[in-house]
Formats: sequence, structure tokens, C-alpha cells
Amino acid sequence: MQERLKQILEESKKRLQEASSVQEAEDVRVKVLGKKGQLTEILRSMGQLAPEERKEMGQAANQVRADVEKMLEETFAQLKSKAREAKFKAEKIDVTEPGIVHKLGTKHPVTITIEEISRVFKSMGFTLTEGPEVETVFNNFDALNAGPNHPARDWTDTFYVNDDILLRTQTSPVQVRTLMSQKPPIRVFAPGRCFRCDTPDATHSPMFHQVEGLVVDEGITMADLKGVLDSFAKQMFGSDVRTKFRPHHFPFTEPSAEMDVSCFKCGGKGCRVCKGSGWIEILGCGMVHPNVLKVGGIDTEKYTGFAFGMGVERIAMLKYGIDDIRLLYENDMRFIEQFK
Amino acid sequence: MIVSLEWLKDYTDVNVSPEEFCDRMIMSGSNLETMEKAGEDMQKVVVGKIVKIEKHPDADKLVVCQLDVGQEDLLQIVTGAPNVFEGAYVPVALHGSRIPGPLHGQPKQEGGTKITKGKLRGVVSNGMLCSFGELGFDDKVVPVNQRDGIWILSGEYPVGADFAEALNLKDTIIDFEITPNRPDCLSMIGMAREAAATFGTKLKYPDTKCISEEERAADYVDVQVKSPLCRRYVARVVKDVKVEESPWWLQRRLIHAGMRPINNIVDVTNFVMLEYGQPIHAFDIESLAGHKIIVDTAKDGEKFVTLDETERILDKDMLMINDGEKPVAVAGVMGGLNSEIKEDTRTIVIECANFDANSVRTTSKKLGLRTEASGRFEKGIDPNLCSDAADRVCRLIELIGGGKVVGGRVDIYPQPEAPKTVRARVSRINHVLGIDIPREQMVGYLESLEMKVEGSGDDMYVTAPTVRQDIEIEEDIVEEVARLYGYDNLPVTIPKGNNEASQSYERDIKDLARDTMCAMGANEIQTYSFVSPKSVDNVRIDEDSWERAFVKILNPLGEDTSVMRTILTPQMLEVMGRNYSRNLEAMKAFEIGNTFMANMMDPKALPYESDNMSIGLYGPRENFFTLKGMIEELLNKLGIRNVKYVPETEYGVYHPGRCARIVAAHKVQLENGPADEEVELGIMGEVHPDVAEKYGIGVRCYAAELMFENVTELADTEKVYSPLPKYPAMTRDIALLADEDMTVDRIEDVIWEAGTEILKGIKLFDIYRGKQVQEGKKSMAFSLTYRAADRTLTDEEVQAVHGKVLDALKEKLGVTLRDM
Repeated sequence: MQERLKQILEESKKRLQEASSVQEAEDVRVKVLGKKGQLTEILRSMGQLAPEERKEMGQAANQVRADVEKMLEETFAQLKSKAREAKFKAEKIDVTEPGIVHKLGTKHPVTITIEEISRVFKSMGFTLTEGPEVETVFNNFDALNAGPNHPARDWTDTFYVNDDILLRTQTSPVQVRTLMSQKPPIRVFAPGRCFRCDTPDATHSPMFHQVEGLVVDEGITMADLKGVLDSFAKQMFGSDVRTKFRPHHFPFTEPSAEMDVSCFKCGGKGCRVCKGSGWIEILGCGMVHPNVLKVGGIDTEKYTGFAFGMGVERIAMLKYGIDDIRLLYENDMRFIEQFK
Repeated sequence: MIVSLEWLKDYTDVNVSPEEFCDRMIMSGSNLETMEKAGEDMQKVVVGKIVKIEKHPDADKLVVCQLDVGQEDLLQIVTGAPNVFEGAYVPVALHGSRIPGPLHGQPKQEGGTKITKGKLRGVVSNGMLCSFGELGFDDKVVPVNQRDGIWILSGEYPVGADFAEALNLKDTIIDFEITPNRPDCLSMIGMAREAAATFGTKLKYPDTKCISEEERAADYVDVQVKSPLCRRYVARVVKDVKVEESPWWLQRRLIHAGMRPINNIVDVTNFVMLEYGQPIHAFDIESLAGHKIIVDTAKDGEKFVTLDETERILDKDMLMINDGEKPVAVAGVMGGLNSEIKEDTRTIVIECANFDANSVRTTSKKLGLRTEASGRFEKGIDPNLCSDAADRVCRLIELIGGGKVVGGRVDIYPQPEAPKTVRARVSRINHVLGIDIPREQMVGYLESLEMKVEGSGDDMYVTAPTVRQDIEIEEDIVEEVARLYGYDNLPVTIPKGNNEASQSYERDIKDLARDTMCAMGANEIQTYSFVSPKSVDNVRIDEDSWERAFVKILNPLGEDTSVMRTILTPQMLEVMGRNYSRNLEAMKAFEIGNTFMANMMDPKALPYESDNMSIGLYGPRENFFTLKGMIEELLNKLGIRNVKYVPETEYGVYHPGRCARIVAAHKVQLENGPADEEVELGIMGEVHPDVAEKYGIGVRCYAAELMFENVTELADTEKVYSPLPKYPAMTRDIALLADEDMTVDRIEDVIWEAGTEILKGIKLFDIYRGKQVQEGKKSMAFSLTYRAADRTLTDEEVQAVHGKVLDALKEKLGVTLRDM
């Protein structure tokens, strides 16, 4: 019987060493340790032996069983790791192949620019407000102190729906709506579409966007105007830009100014973007004209205010280096996706 | 306003470089358009005198000139110009010279043209005789008789002298942008006043006093003003006039100001117009019947030929200058051909008048005739300028020997313009500007602008010269002080007080929708708010549909942009067509924008504006359900549940079998309690093949349009947590055999109803048509999920409910379990 055990062990060892698949190893397990396995049979036949012999043989048989189990375990582990290796080898991929696209969409550059401007003004406590694109002549011109003969009223400049209604030429009528519906303190900004009779070319579009701003409160000064707009410029174009306020004229502000920022492309040395001047005109602004405040029934002795307005397309074009405004309204996906 | 610095120095001292001059003028309110240096871009161009001209031996059209250019030997130059003659003084570009303009008939080159000696048809030419154009002058300023050929100088010049120096061409030409409130700056004196205030120098007025005058103008001409549209009419007379070329200094100044010299009389009137900003007209007295000038409005339908040889039809609102018999000029716009100054004119009447700005504007617009004069009158001119300007014209004609000035002036000025006085408070000015400067400093600024300041303490009573028609209220004085103090010197502060930034809920929802659409891979587009009325035809909208209630633009740029859009889909299709034609394989886009509906009840009221959202997509992976999936996820994100997709077969934009109206059920409070109301959110579908074809889209494409106002109304972005399930769910898969026209939503409705509260989900996972299913039927496989919140369901419990579900399906829809 000892011989037989030894033979089983040897044979198992040999066959497991030769085993090249999990199945072959499994066959060995079944053949030796299975219900009808060689070792199982030996253990079963142990009853016929004398007790002394039985004990000795039992120990020997259990030893063989343990050895075979250990060998099986090792073989399984080896085979598994071999199989893994083979699998990994077979499944190797070229990690430089392109990824499968999960494409995000892109907002329109005009929206992106308005959002950036909005973020800055919201951070300064301005409330976003809006007004209609089709406006009254009163809100667009009369209430903004643009007299009956103001050239902008001309049919060659402004789109009319009838004698009293037009497509707003500026976002400034939102100032009028705000002044008529709110009491100071007022601190609002208004992005939106505007329309003027310009035939489309590289720098003109009959439709464009502006962002308007209005602050009215006790003790608002022109120094405050400079502070707010200088801060806007630095947040929008970089903390190292400088601003310059030049006297200008708008019917609805007095005094009026235009704000230039030092060219954010060349730093003010002079380049193609700033046409060599080192400065880029960004917006118009001024202290709200008393005639405009009066439209809202505001006491002009007690309250003062400032207003400003800027062209969104112009800022977007400067920031992104877009050389033709028409690209913005062609909506070629390859153009829009550049602003992702 | 074009300002020659050399000319400006007649009226005030300029002691700084041109660059500094411009910089400081910008900061005091005169914005710069351009600054150019004149006369500095010619090198080795000298004055030459043609001594001898011979025919070219081998060319009929060329001549060989011998020139004295101040060197020992004569210089030989070959030219083809027809206007050269012996004794003429001409500009000579020597060998190795550079001229600013292009060679005759060639395009302009950056940096000018280099001239070298060479041979023309075998004859040596040591340089070139130059025309105005070759020396860099624009065609529009070149005297008519000098346009074709070499520039022939009048008078004598030192031969060999540097040409630019000899003719005083070196100058700085500055173009200032003048805002509409400052027409006074459209004049040399006006700009000199600004410069004097900016640099603290003195303003010197031009000389207007004639040395000798004889007789009286009133004896020559009779002036009557019969319309209040003429505020003032000044006439002066000059006799023994010699119409000839102006002296060079006068021509040069006009040329540098961008005007073409004509003759001495016209040149002087133009020169004075540029000096004072006052348009001036000169009549030949012999063409005025009865030597009369009558200012009155025209008769309707009257005809008149203007100087430009065009017949004009007049009306009763147009102000005219007439003589005893006929009109001779359109007041403030253009003179008539019948009273023009001619070479044989001997006595002239000089008109310096003030015409109503609106009248001139309307007349000029009606006649379609804009002139330098009308442009100036339109902006408003100080009537007090008339007399000085008329005197100045006389003085200049006398100075250049153009005629003998007749004494006195005829001056009709019933209501002289008096200077206005404005009260301005020192405290208010400081308050508005956020500064604290003393009264004396403010007074100094205002006086430098020729304003008179009276009063004491806080009150300043400021009287501005009448040319400053823009000074009307205290704020105008604030601006004058501010700009001379310097905007850059104002402090920089942040307004006091706090404001909470906010925005409307509508805007929040719009922002959220934009972000969501982008997250799903759609690009945002922006298209014009105006469209062609044909756009609705292109998308097959019914004749009487609301989409045709357009707000029409009276003066559109073209039909393509003549009405405000009522829907966004046509433009989305246009964009898809454009991208398709540019070979983009796929695209996915959306737009959120305003739409407009005319107010049919009240055309005087503003139209109804509301936001819509369009979605458009095409590409190999897109179909009706990819679009539907996007809309479902968007509405989910906006918290809109209970959405139904109702088949729509009638809407022209879409494939009749692949179109759905998007409808949301929404709880409303009615008188007798809460009720479900259906709100239409929009429409979606596969674009009708005829429509796609119209827009040049060669593949199946899909679009949707949502009424954003309704979306916003139903949106609910409040989040409420519900506990995660504690107990396991049981799923039952069923395959149903249904008629081909059975819809998923009808089956789901029945399942939900029968499924009781333990039914938590229904998922369609397969639809099969084919061999194993009989013709006209389809197999629909659903997975049903049952779960209770408070216990583990037993098989029996689920089976009981599930059995009822199957019964209901059979009973209500005739749908049965498919035999497997």
C-alpha cells in the first residue's frame, strides 16, 4: 500500500508538471482526489487494515493527499498566471490610437464674451437686466435726450417698424426702462442685440450686441465711473492693462468719455491690433444727463449717476483675433468649435 | 476736420511737437483720426526751369527737355507730358531721387517710387519731371488744368532749390474727429480756440479790415428776406474783379485741407469757410435780375438747374435765393448754374447768410444733394459769424489783388443771437467730478475758452461765445471744467454702497439650458433676428398660420432681412445647409433667441417678444430618437416631467410620420380644485425631405423648436432628496405581441395604471418585426421593475400585480404575451 501511495504521489507530480491547461490539472485532481479517485479509494479501503497499520497508513495517505493538494494549488496558480500572461499578450492595445469622442458642445463666442462681461459686473454688484429688441422711438431716442433732428434717427441709420417703433439701435433704452421702473440706488447692466442699417462687411453687421450699464445713487461721481470701468478693464483684459478716458460726446451723458485700454496684444508698444497707437477703444461712458434722469422722475439734485455701453462683437474680435465680423453669424461649426 | 498745423499757427502759437500737440488735444476733447506729415517724403526733388525743348528723334509722343536745375550743366530729361513749354518752372526728380506717389497710371506703392536715370527710346533721361499725383497729391485736390501733365508752377522759383522747401509743402496734416455737439470746431478758428485753451496760449483772430473801400454795397444790391428760415443775410460787393489763379500759399492751404483750388474768388470763399466754418457763396451781380436778392421759399413743382448742371424739382418748403425774376441758388445747399462766377465776371456779391439747420437738412435730403455747405448748415452755425466772414472775404480778395472792395455791407438780421448765460455751482462741479478744485481754477479754464464768468462764491454765471451753441446747462460747464482739468487727473474711486447682483429666473433657465445643450455636444449658434418673409414658405408653413404674423421693417437692407422672425427653425436649417455644403459630415447645434409676433390688435403697440430654442442635427449617428433623447434630458435637467410626445402629421416642416408635438402635463389651480393642464412646449421631428432639399441638406436631418417661455414656466430646478431603495427589486421581462400601429406610450400608460405603487419602472428593451411575428404585428419587449419601499416583495405579491398588468393589457389594448 505504501508503494501504491508513493506511486500515486509520483504519478500526480509528473502529470501536474506536464499539465499545460487547467483542465489537465483538474483531471489529475479528479483522478486522485475525486469521489472515485485513487487516493479516495485507498482511504476507503483503509477499514480492512489492522488498527495499528491503519493509523500508519492513514497518516501516510493523508500526507500524500496534502502533498497532492499543495501541488494542485501551485499548478493551478501557475497555470492561471500563465493564462493571464497569454491573455494580456493577446489583448495588448495600441494606446496611441485616438480616444472615442465624447464631444462637448461650444457656446457661441458672442455668448462667451457676454458671460465674461457679466461675470465681472456681477462681481461688482450689478444686476443683469434685459429689454426688448423692438423698442419705442421714445425709449431709444427721445428719452435719451437725442433730439428730433439727431442724425442717428435717420432712416438710413435706423430700422423702423412704424413712426413710433424701431429696432433698438443701442441697449441704452434699457436705461430708460430701468429708470422708469426702479428707484435709486440702481446698479444694473444689460446685454442684448442692437440693429443699425449697416451693410455687412468685415467690420459692420446690421445686427450686433452691446452691454449697457447704469449706476444711479446719491453721490455717484465721475471718479466712481473711472473706478468701476478701470476695474472692469483689468478683470476683462488682464491686471496689467491701463485705461485712458478721453472726452467725447453722447446725447445721454454729460460729461461724456470714451475709454481706451492699453493694447493687450502688444502691451502698448504699438501693433497691428491697436493700429500702432498702443491703445484700443473699448467703450463709451459718461455721467447720466439730467434730462435722462428726469424721464424716470429722479431728483437730479439729490442723485447722480453714470452709464456706459460697449460693443460685444468688437471685444470678442479683439480678444480672439477674429478679422471678419460676418464669421460670427455664418455659424460654421468649425469656427464655433474653436472657442471650446 | 482737417487741420494744417502750419495754417493753425496763424491763429495761435504751437510750441510743441506735432505728436505732443495731438496727444494733448485728444485729452482735451478733440479726438484724432489721423496725423500725417506732408512734404517729407520727397527726396532729391528740386525746382527746375525748362530752357529748351526738342523733339525726340525716334518717338512722336516724347520730347527732350534741357533743364536748369542750378547745376553747371543743363540736365537732359525726356518726357511725354503734353503741357511743357520753354521757360516753365517744374518739379524735377533727379537721378537717385524718391517720390511719394506712383508713376503715372500705376498703383500706389508703399514707401514711394525711386527714380533713376535711363534711356527712353535711345535718348538719355537724367530723371523725371513730376505731376501732382507723382508727388503724392490726391486727384481730388489737383487743380483741373494741372490734372493731365507735369505740374507747371506759376511764378518764378530759385532753380535747384529743394522742391518741398521752395513750395512750403512741409506741414503736419491732422484729421480730428468732431462730435455732433461741436460744429464750432469744424473751423480753423474753432480748433485754434481749443488749442489755445489746451496749451494756455492766446487766440488771434484773422485780419478782416480792408485797407481801402469805396462806394456803398447797398447801392449795388437790394436784399429782401421773406422767410424766417433765413436768420441773417449779409451781402458785400467787390468790383473790378479779376478772376484768375490764386497765389500759391492760398492754393497750398486749400490742398492741404483737402480742397481743390478753382480760382481766386472761389478759393477765397472756401478759405474763409474753412477759417470760420461759415459757408459763403459768390454771385455774379450781372446774373441777378434787377440786382436783387430775395430770400424766400420756392413754389411747388418749380424747376431749377444747380451748379452741377442737374435739374432739380423744388417744393414750397425749400428755401431759395431769388433775384427779381428767378431762383439763383438753393439756400445753403448749392448755387445755380445761372449765377455762377465766370472768367469775365467783374462785380460779385458775397453772400454770408444763416439758414435754418432743419430746413437745409430736409431740402438737401429731398434733393439728394449733400454739399460742404449743406453739411455745415445742418449742424448749426452761429449767425454772428456772418459779418466777420464777409469782411474777411473782402479783405483777402483785396490782399491778393482780386478786386476792389465796395464799402459797407447789407445786413438783414432781425433777431440777433444773444449770448446765453448758464449758472454753474463750484460745489456741484466738484461733487459730480469727485474732486475739490478752487473756483479760480475753474474760472481760468472757462476763460481760456473765451467764456465770461461772473458772480461770486459758489455761483458762477458763465457766458459762452455764441459759437458755442452746445453750452446750455450746468452739466455742460461740468464737462468743460472736467476736460481741461483732464479726465486722467480725476481720482479713481469705487462707488459707495452695496448691491446684491442678481438676474431674472428666465435668464437662469436660459443659462442652464445653454450649459445642458453644450454638455450634450450641441454647439450654440446665433443668427439674425430678421429674416426673409420667404423663410416660412421654405419650411412649408400654412398660408394662414400664426408664423406669418410678421413684424415688418419699413426700411430693410433687403428682402432677406425685412421681417422679424416668428420662429427659429428656418435659420437653423440654413445653418445646417451651409455646414452640409461645406462638407461637414455631422453637426449638432442649438440657438436660443427672441422671436417676434406683430400685435394685431394694436399696431402702435410693441410686438410680442418671446424666447424660442431651436435644435438641429444631422449625421450618421443621428435619428429621431437621438434628438428626442436630447430633448428629454434637457427637460429632465430643467425639472420638467410628465412630458408626452404626440404624433403630428400636419406640420409642414416635418416628415408626417416622424413628427411629434412635445406636451407637458402641469398642475393648475382651478376654481373647483387642482387640475392637470396640458402645455405645449414645442415640436420636433425629421425634417420633411422637400424642406431639407430647399436648404440643400442631402441627408436626413432633424430639428426641433421649443417655446422657451413655456419651458421656463414649467421648469422646476428645486432639488428634493428621496431615500435610496433599501429593499431589493424584482424584474419581470415580458414580450408583447401588438398591432403595428400600437404605440409605446399607450402600453406604458396601461402598465402604469395597473402596476400599483409597487411598479417602479418600465423599460422598453426591444422591438422585433420579422419571421417569428405575423405580418402587421410587432413584438415589444419590456422590463418591469417592482419594489416596495418598506419590505422585500414576495414572489406571490409581484405575481398578483404582474398578472393584473397582463390582464389589463389584453383587456384594454388587445395586447397579449407573445408565445416564446
